[in-house]
Amino acid sequence: MNTAISETHASTAPLVHLDAVQKHFGKLQALKGASLSISAGECLGLVGHNGAGKSTLVKIINGRLPPTLGTISYRGMSHSYTADDNAEQAHTTGIRSVFQELSLCPNLTVLENYRVPFRDMPRRSWRRVAGARVMQSLDTIFPGHAIQARDTVENLSIAERQMVEIAIAFSSRTHPARLMILDEPTSSLDAAIARQLLDYIKTFCRAGGSVIFISHMLGEIFDVASRIIVMKDGLITDDRPTADFNRQSLVDAMGHVIPEGEAVAQSGTRIPGERVLSTDSGLNARKHEIVGLAGLAGHGQTRALASFYLESTSRWQGSRNSRVVFVAGDRARDGLMPLWSILQNLSLKTLIEFGTRFFIDRQQEQQLAADWKQKIGIRTDDLDSPILSLSGGNQQKVLFARALASSAPIVVMDDPMRGVDVGTKKDVYAMIQQEAAKGRTFLWYSTETDEILECDRVFVFRDGQISAELIGDDITEENILTASFGMKENAA
Amino acid sequence: MSDPTTPVLTRQTRNPVSLFKKPWIWAYVAAGAAFLGTMAISGGQGAGSLFYTAMTFASFAAIVGVGQMLVITLGPGNVDLSIPSSMTLAATLALKVMNSEPGMVLIGLATALLVGLGCGIFNFSLIILLRIPPIIATLSSSFIFQSLAIWSNRGLRIKPPESMSQFVTGGVLGIPNVALVGIAIAMAAWVALERGIAGRWILAIGQNMRAASFSGVPVNTVRFAVYVSCAVLASIAGFLLANFSGGAALNMGAEYMLMSIAVVVIGGSSIGGGNSNVPGIWGASLFMFLVVSMLNSYGLGAGVRLIMTGIIIVAVVSLASKPGELR
Repeated sequence: MNTAISETHASTAPLVHLDAVQKHFGKLQALKGASLSISAGECLGLVGHNGAGKSTLVKIINGRLPPTLGTISYRGMSHSYTADDNAEQAHTTGIRSVFQELSLCPNLTVLENYRVPFRDMPRRSWRRVAGARVMQSLDTIFPGHAIQARDTVENLSIAERQMVEIAIAFSSRTHPARLMILDEPTSSLDAAIARQLLDYIKTFCRAGGSVIFISHMLGEIFDVASRIIVMKDGLITDDRPTADFNRQSLVDAMGHVIPEGEAVAQSGTRIPGERVLSTDSGLNARKHEIVGLAGLAGHGQTRALASFYLESTSRWQGSRNSRVVFVAGDRARDGLMPLWSILQNLSLKTLIEFGTRFFIDRQQEQQLAADWKQKIGIRTDDLDSPILSLSGGNQQKVLFARALASSAPIVVMDDPMRGVDVGTKKDVYAMIQQEAAKGRTFLWYSTETDEILECDRVFVFRDGQISAELIGDDITEENILTASFGMKENAA
Repeated sequence: MSDPTTPVLTRQTRNPVSLFKKPWIWAYVAAGAAFLGTMAISGGQGAGSLFYTAMTFASFAAIVGVGQMLVITLGPGNVDLSIPSSMTLAATLALKVMNSEPGMVLIGLATALLVGLGCGIFNFSLIILLRIPPIIATLSSSFIFQSLAIWSNRGLRIKPPESMSQFVTGGVLGIPNVALVGIAIAMAAWVALERGIAGRWILAIGQNMRAASFSGVPVNTVRFAVYVSCAVLASIAGFLLANFSGGAALNMGAEYMLMSIAVVVIGGSSIGGGNSNVPGIWGASLFMFLVVSMLNSYGLGAGVRLIMTGIIIVAVVSLASKPGELR
């Protein structure tokens, strides 16, 4: 189902044009003057570090935020409208967005969620129509998915929720989709599903649709983008065709040096110690070891980690020397305290470790937060500002710091790098290697092959069970994929 | 986005100078206005005695309000509806044990506290062991507590010991003794919530219980402690109230069911949990007493008085809630 174009008037005006747009949140300047044009058929790759202003830029383009200064026009039409007009114009222009923070209603079914943005559904038997259409959309973009139209969203895995959201965004409506904004759509998808999405984006652009694609995975950017835009500190610092970049020059343009091969060198020096955990499902790990959980997203990895964590900690006893800590990947559900500041979110786990019996040691709390802000690069001027004022990747860093600051010997990580930029990722990999060398054990579920390759030993999950255990040189993308699909691959 | 003028990334001012940003200030403003409104009728006569009475009656509401606030802070669905019956049961048994003898005061107090402890443990057992939602659990246990109180009371009205009556009606430097107790309790709660690790845990559970348990918060213990504290505070309030009013009555707690919730809301705590406001409890308790006495002094009928009370409460709550906040 391709809904991209029905452009009858051959207008040469760009779909969207931004002229010196600025956006301020109080004293924080999220955008310091961005100019940009997007024409039909273009696929823009948008890259930059966490907090560079990528999400703010696209929220201005889709009309959700009004610019503080500067102008925005759609399809060459003049502007000078209020924010509501911007949103309305963006809507009629056919601009649609898929965001990092999933925006589905968890208590509704897939087809009901599909119904929400539609104004042209029949009043009677809309369920049948919506069900058929949403399945059609899903089947087109993600052939072979296992989602049913009557599944309740909260019962879907985070990857499946992301797939539903993407399918809903691409489906046909009154105003056809002309510009699709995808803000890190692949961060919770595994390699195979991400591939399907990238292929679909290419088809969409060939048919004349435009895409703004935000991702920290540079391979994907090079794969789909026809033009790459680099953002840094609220400015567009580079805007050139993809052919003008190579991997290194793009990384340089983003302004972060990635140490090459360092992690591999370190992992060789660690010798696993005694076994520190083993579960009924077959997971086990030793001291100094980094154990990966791989496989297609939603095949029971998160559940295995969560149940291991909950079984090995008490809901009755707070402990100064806890054995396990948890780094949440599904931030809103498992990690964030939305009403609190960055500081309070960061220190939650460790309060009991450094506090006196009853009172919070506020000085040490400040110290801890300041240390970790530095160590992991949380982009903020003020640790007392609300956690929700941070960009998604920076929120994730806070959750990382919350867990790693603890002294617990086992660290359980549930796809924790979702939305974290490349530079920070490398820093965190190095940090994980160091901590493992000091005697910690990591259980690391990841949807990204790069991260799985950092591990010493990998369990591949399929249908809620371990289908393979890979060690050392056997950990390759190919082996992981084979084990993830198992026999099904041959049959299909 | 319904309101595009308020950006998602607003940075809130934490400047303490902006006192009027504090949600609890409106409870005090309203209480002050009600006080002045009453004085306007009397021409300033009896300001001291009105203050003294208001402080006395507000303390009972404040003590149960602090308990209810802790429970409500635990998040949506958490509320203790057994406060009135816990008060009645504790007061009834304590007065029976004391049997008007002056030497038995401490034992009476201990009885009340033990009853509170028992009520709290019973409530939380229903919640955790039988997995009954807190509203239903506390509502049903309130029938049990009330029945126990009726059964043990059997229509007797035992007078409190003379020394105890003097204590609860007396005061120091123009401040009633019961108010001193109430203020001490509120301060203890404030310290626990703002400076204590346990307070952080309570607030964390109220925001996201799943995330709290993934961050090593002993969620069951914290919830247990909160429900027990609430019941113990109710028993203290019941004990003081019975001594104040010359004996335990079976309906003595009735008005505190709604009162305890009202002072939490008017005081600026979030009804959705995760955010509490101890100073507001006292402001709201004073307001709840003063607004009734103001309307009384204007000589309004009972019906008009109730309507006015309702309208004024709505006005205060809407002033206190920050614009744009969803909860």
